[in-house]
Amino acid sequence: MPRLFPWLQTAPLLAVLLVFLVIPLAMLVIVSFYDYDSFSLIPAFVLTNYKEVFTSAVTWRTYLKTLWFAGLTWVVTLGLGFWLAYFLAFVVRSPTWRMVLFVLTTVPFWTSNLIRMIAWVPFLGRNGILNNGLMAVGAINAPLEFLLFSDFAVILAFVHLYTLFMVVPVFNTMMRIDRRLLEAARDAGAGFWQALWCVILPLCKPGIGIGSIFVVVLVMGDFATVRLMSGGQSASVGLMISNQIGLMQYPAAAANAVVLLAMVLLLVSAMLRAIDIRKEL
Amino acid sequence: MTETKTSLTRRGALALAGAALGSGAVTGFPTLWAQNIKDVTLRQIGTGVSGLNPIAEQVKKDLGFNLQLTVTDTDAVAQRAATQARSFDIADIEYFSIKKVYPTGAVQPIDTTKIKLVDKIVPIFTTGRLTPDSPPGQGTTPFSVGFVESPTAKGFAGKRTEFMTLLPTIYNADTLGIRPDLVGRPIRNWKDLIDPAFKGKASILNIPGIGIMDAAMICESAGIAKYGDKGNMTQPEIDKTINFLIEQKRAGQFRAFWKSFDESVNLMASGEVVIQSMWSPAVAAVRSRGIACTYQPLEEGYRAWGSGLGIMRHVSGLQLDAAYEYLNWYLSGWAGAFLNRQGYYSAVLETAKANMSENEWGYWMEGKPATAEILSPEGKVMEKAGAVRDGGSFTERMGKVVCWNSVMDEDRYMVRRWNEFIAA
Repeated sequence: MPRLFPWLQTAPLLAVLLVFLVIPLAMLVIVSFYDYDSFSLIPAFVLTNYKEVFTSAVTWRTYLKTLWFAGLTWVVTLGLGFWLAYFLAFVVRSPTWRMVLFVLTTVPFWTSNLIRMIAWVPFLGRNGILNNGLMAVGAINAPLEFLLFSDFAVILAFVHLYTLFMVVPVFNTMMRIDRRLLEAARDAGAGFWQALWCVILPLCKPGIGIGSIFVVVLVMGDFATVRLMSGGQSASVGLMISNQIGLMQYPAAAANAVVLLAMVLLLVSAMLRAIDIRKEL
Repeated sequence: MTETKTSLTRRGALALAGAALGSGAVTGFPTLWAQNIKDVTLRQIGTGVSGLNPIAEQVKKDLGFNLQLTVTDTDAVAQRAATQARSFDIADIEYFSIKKVYPTGAVQPIDTTKIKLVDKIVPIFTTGRLTPDSPPGQGTTPFSVGFVESPTAKGFAGKRTEFMTLLPTIYNADTLGIRPDLVGRPIRNWKDLIDPAFKGKASILNIPGIGIMDAAMICESAGIAKYGDKGNMTQPEIDKTINFLIEQKRAGQFRAFWKSFDESVNLMASGEVVIQSMWSPAVAAVRSRGIACTYQPLEEGYRAWGSGLGIMRHVSGLQLDAAYEYLNWYLSGWAGAFLNRQGYYSAVLETAKANMSENEWGYWMEGKPATAEILSPEGKVMEKAGAVRDGGSFTERMGKVVCWNSVMDEDRYMVRRWNEFIAA
């Protein structure tokens, strides 16, 4: 009986994972080999769905585009997130102010994802606030078209949506840095940049790792932001899957989902190899 | 109901219709006044086009039972009808979707002997032609998928039988919407959408079955492609059309692609787009914001669509009786007038006419200048006196339909290529 005990204790979690993760995933993989016509799935074992994923130039471009979105968003959110966290952790001295400012960074998250995205539309549009403002002060003669329904708009929305996911873990690791280490660095003659590079950055790695996983995974799986902000002009893998589901091409969607899943798992495991996030925990 | 003198105010007509309905005189809804009908709920799925709360409220008032509406987009309606047929009872679905959905067995045929006004339905649906000598149009015409031989048949009859797949409720002729204040020149042809002058200011809709038809109208108009049947393209025809679209997209012709009604309204109202595929009430919605918008008739003619109500296979007993009550009610006038007032067309014109004022009927259906303000069903002023409907009368508009929204034999290939266009 005592030997069974640990098994019993893990049983509920195991059951939940089995029913809600393993079985759906297995079904996804099985369906990705099915054949289909307009309105029905045909149980079979065909490789057409994967063949269509790997042989279509458009699919390749879409995957590359998704990676490109993820990469660019990662770079920008990392840059922004790091300095925001740095400001909160090291520049602001009073703990009260630190908390107030930290809460301020979360304010955008008090509304829904969708609303935060849609709010950009009247701001960036051809006759939007930004264009009208710039024209009124004479900075430009014609409205800037690239602001909305473009890759720029997509990246902007991603950065707006996901910077906080970088700020929080980085801020958390920064707050754990022993301040005496920084004093020691200064006493030993390190300047600002040297202390940053040799002391703060290495100690922040777990936070950066966690933030990066958040941002990359969220962007890779997104479809709503890409559709809304690019006006349907740009594509991501998530959007492609959502289109296929809308048109009842479930096996094709499943095949794409499996490929995307494999890709994201590879990315995450690469990040975990580079950075030991356990230090954080 | 026979022709009524319509020198009535709208309110008067409604009151009259209400009274007539109450007495059961209009179409005689006598059959089902059992108390338990109040407990019946019909769950309907459809698009925002006709999934409107005032209709549900009126059903409750006139028929006593509940109509529960779920609104989603065209593709999703078809998808749910085919895969989750039991999650609702009535599908408000387009004819081109029913071509795919009916063979799955999700929908039961409608016994037309139980539809009182079946012979009053506009002949587009019952004979395939608006008038005996008008062309039927290319594509998935409602007539071609409107009837089946028997309750168990999987294929379509292609002629009038006793069994309908869908009860037609609403249809229209679509064309391009423009911002007359911003295009700066007269628009006459479908090809004007790809005029370099409108680079970055054009849009088409991203619903493959409909978008491909708009694209075909544009290609044919620009002399890029000739089609045997636009509604049933061959693979090379699909390739030609999609490749052309991709070329245009890469050149930056399109500002955006829209998928829902609201998106098209916002694109136009904000001036992001000055010429685009549009639906009639979307044009009205832009205009009601005080922004000039024309539903431009074009030389090549219109692309039409139609939808109807289908009863899901599992509906039976009292609920089925209620469903037939509901279908009969739909044709009986109130709903027709309600839809006509938004620029759509109703399946039975006479009963709708009796529910509209002379001014409304003249403006919406006869192409006459409005004699007084035209109000939306919510009471908002849509047009001032003197305004004439774009494209003119019912017969002028529906008579110039050259193709219908379609499902092609090469559907899977088309959808794949369409996705490539969107991803390109």
